[in-house]
Amino acid sequence: MFGWEFPPHIAGGLGTACYGLTRGLSHAGVEVLFVVPKTYGDEDQSYVRLTGAGDITVSKRNFSFDEVKKKITFLEVGVNLLPYLSPEEFERFTSIDISESIKSTGSVFSANYQFTGGYGKNLMEEVARYALVASVIATENDFDVIHAHDWLTYPAGIAAKTASGKPLIVHIHATEFDRSGENINTSVFDIEKQGMEVADRVITVSNLTRNIVIEKYGIDPEKVITVYNAVESVKESKEIEIQKGVKGKIVTFLGRITYQKGPEYFVEAAYKVLQKNDQVHFVMAGSGDMMNKIIRRVAELGISTRFHFAGFLKGEEVANMFAMSDVYVMPSVSEPFGISPLEALRSNVPVIISKQSGVSEILTHAIKVDFWDIDAMADAMYGLLNYEGLSDMFRHYGKDEVDHLKWENAAIIVKGIYESII
Amino acid sequence: MHTICFYFQVHQPFRLRKYRFFDIGNNHHYYDDYANRTIMRKVAERCYIPANKVMLDLIKKYGKNFKIAYSVSGTALEQFQLYAPHVLDSFRKLADTGNVEFLAETYSHSLSSLVNKDVFNAQVQQHSEAMEKYFRQKPTVFRNTELIYSDQIGADVADMGFKAILTEGAKHILGWKSPNFLYCNAINPKLKVLLRNYHLSDDISFRFSNHTWNEYPLTAEKYATWLNSLSKNEELINIFIDYETFGEHQWAETGIFDFLKALPGKVLGQTGFVFGTPSEVADRHQPISAIHVPEAISWADEERDLTAWKGNELQEDAFRKIYDLLPKISRCRDKDLIQDWKLLQTSDHFYYMCTKWFSDGAVHKYFNPYNSPYDAFINFMNVLSDFTERLNNRFTGEFEAEAGIGELEKKVRFFQNEIKKIKAKQKKVI
Repeated sequence: MFGWEFPPHIAGGLGTACYGLTRGLSHAGVEVLFVVPKTYGDEDQSYVRLTGAGDITVSKRNFSFDEVKKKITFLEVGVNLLPYLSPEEFERFTSIDISESIKSTGSVFSANYQFTGGYGKNLMEEVARYALVASVIATENDFDVIHAHDWLTYPAGIAAKTASGKPLIVHIHATEFDRSGENINTSVFDIEKQGMEVADRVITVSNLTRNIVIEKYGIDPEKVITVYNAVESVKESKEIEIQKGVKGKIVTFLGRITYQKGPEYFVEAAYKVLQKNDQVHFVMAGSGDMMNKIIRRVAELGISTRFHFAGFLKGEEVANMFAMSDVYVMPSVSEPFGISPLEALRSNVPVIISKQSGVSEILTHAIKVDFWDIDAMADAMYGLLNYEGLSDMFRHYGKDEVDHLKWENAAIIVKGIYESII
Repeated sequence: MHTICFYFQVHQPFRLRKYRFFDIGNNHHYYDDYANRTIMRKVAERCYIPANKVMLDLIKKYGKNFKIAYSVSGTALEQFQLYAPHVLDSFRKLADTGNVEFLAETYSHSLSSLVNKDVFNAQVQQHSEAMEKYFRQKPTVFRNTELIYSDQIGADVADMGFKAILTEGAKHILGWKSPNFLYCNAINPKLKVLLRNYHLSDDISFRFSNHTWNEYPLTAEKYATWLNSLSKNEELINIFIDYETFGEHQWAETGIFDFLKALPGKVLGQTGFVFGTPSEVADRHQPISAIHVPEAISWADEERDLTAWKGNELQEDAFRKIYDLLPKISRCRDKDLIQDWKLLQTSDHFYYMCTKWFSDGAVHKYFNPYNSPYDAFINFMNVLSDFTERLNNRFTGEFEAEAGIGELEKKVRFFQNEIKKIKAKQKKVI
């Protein structure tokens, strides 16, 4: 399995989903070798064998460079592209040049490539180099199926398929259309399309995404299967002793502050709610390229004493934030799935999600609104804050529903797909 | 009579610590004690102590012929006491020489002059009392935070009984006129206005160590020559600079202290100028005309206006939010809340939220403990949210009762009206 991130070094849902899926698969009896560009040593490897691509020695006698290069020459266009910056990296990136440490060490006959495993300026180069390493891994290991997650790993998946002849599955967690609306980056689009065409099966995380794959990428519907993501079940709800400092209820937005996640709609809806009831607090947790614009809008609307920015939250801070929240909102413009509402429900927080998200296909106990419909969003927020019966019901049934969404179930479906193509 | 008037600003804000959303309601300590102490000690060592020593030596050497003026903000005073008491002693020594005038300002270096006359008044009063307490001088001359001035502000200051005010000789209010004269306020001519000669002031405070400057290096002699080259009827040169110029903005290695030591000698020996304090200037010189400043000016940035503190939405919002609390805070008797309220008004907090770039941005960024104006805004607003909650908690019972009474009064008035109407109708029928 080829991935790009693995918890705890994640920037978004991709790593979380990969982790959940691999756990599920190991419970279903599938052995997984998970390759990432860079390992940090503190990942949980109890369910999966984790390898960093930087640890693989590429011997120049192992395979013919030229053939692999032919398949990946289209990647060598130097594109200054920032598809998916992690919040810490984004901050650094905007102020200084990240000096890349792409060193090739080793002898004339072999080389080790260093990977940063991030989403910086040299992303395309890393993707290409990842593919080179992938073909080595493919020849050196024994396996039945190749499974590649998101466009960053498709060249690697293709290289592995070419080297080993084994079947390839590509897993679409997000498409370029989700990330950038109509202004897609054509190089990324090409990689995605090629990946989908070469693959034997395409797994999408929702029917929303499946439709995009069929219509915008022109893939045969027979080949595309939807497997919904799930959420890790909490062992037991630890009573989180967090002192909620602010008085009044809290409505939370937690996610990257970028176009795709619809933060501006959250702000506008917040303003409307505050006109009716100014004892509510709104929190935007996360960081991203639209953060400054949102801050200015909040100041412009004059709601800055009730609208707070918590910054990027990691690990326990996320759980604490959910514990303090009374409503969780995900106003995504285009969300292939959206694991965060499930995490919120798991923490007993009722959720409002946009209809344009994959998770709205499987969640019944959530309020669904169109992302642009600020009035409906404000209405839903107000309702959940003031009508206890409503929020109680969502809390109760929502938690039940989430408890049934297990990675084990998703893994069983995936295993079935594996078996059908071997 | 040709006077050169030196005035130095001495100010340190109480900088805020990193205060996150999660701290709101849980932690009421807003200040970065470590940073404030470290910075105070550093500036004391590099600037206040050595510069004060130079001034004392010059006073000893030239006696009544060397005069200077300071304004020390209340927040700086408090930090001297907390972190560097020897600096306070050294300023006291200067006060005792009789050659040094201490001016009045708002206690916490705030922008209250733009908000409310009574609050402004109270803050100035508090500052004057501190000046009397520590330096045994009752100020008669005023300078507003960052030399902010307008006709109205001048009139308000005159009402407080001050005889003169300092401000910037900004191009856009002077036009063809020269700052090298004494002016008076356009509403109340009793208030004299001293205009800063920014050209000669910035030569010392900004350009002194700039190697690419065509006048580099600046010596006392050269400076004296420039004074001499001014037209003979220009009788007043106002050099107003930040005291941190000596040793902090311009490091000792640049020779700034040597320049300072040599300057009085050259001025007294080679030019016709004498040193004078702002009071002396107000007494000795005649105002040549009124100066019209309908929109507020300041000594900040290229624009010399309020945009350094109130130029963007972030600053506007923060400014409005803190002063919205005025009605409640004016009835509050809690010492801690009042102290926090003072320290949160310091103009520096708004300065850090400025989003201007290029030539001014560099200055803003140098003194800015935050990475970006947005961080500054979020941090300040988090602190303000906590402060607001504390303030509201103090008054919840009272306000609810008041609201209740207000509602009842409204009802009474309504029914009284209704009764009047009915009685009027009755009369018609009868």
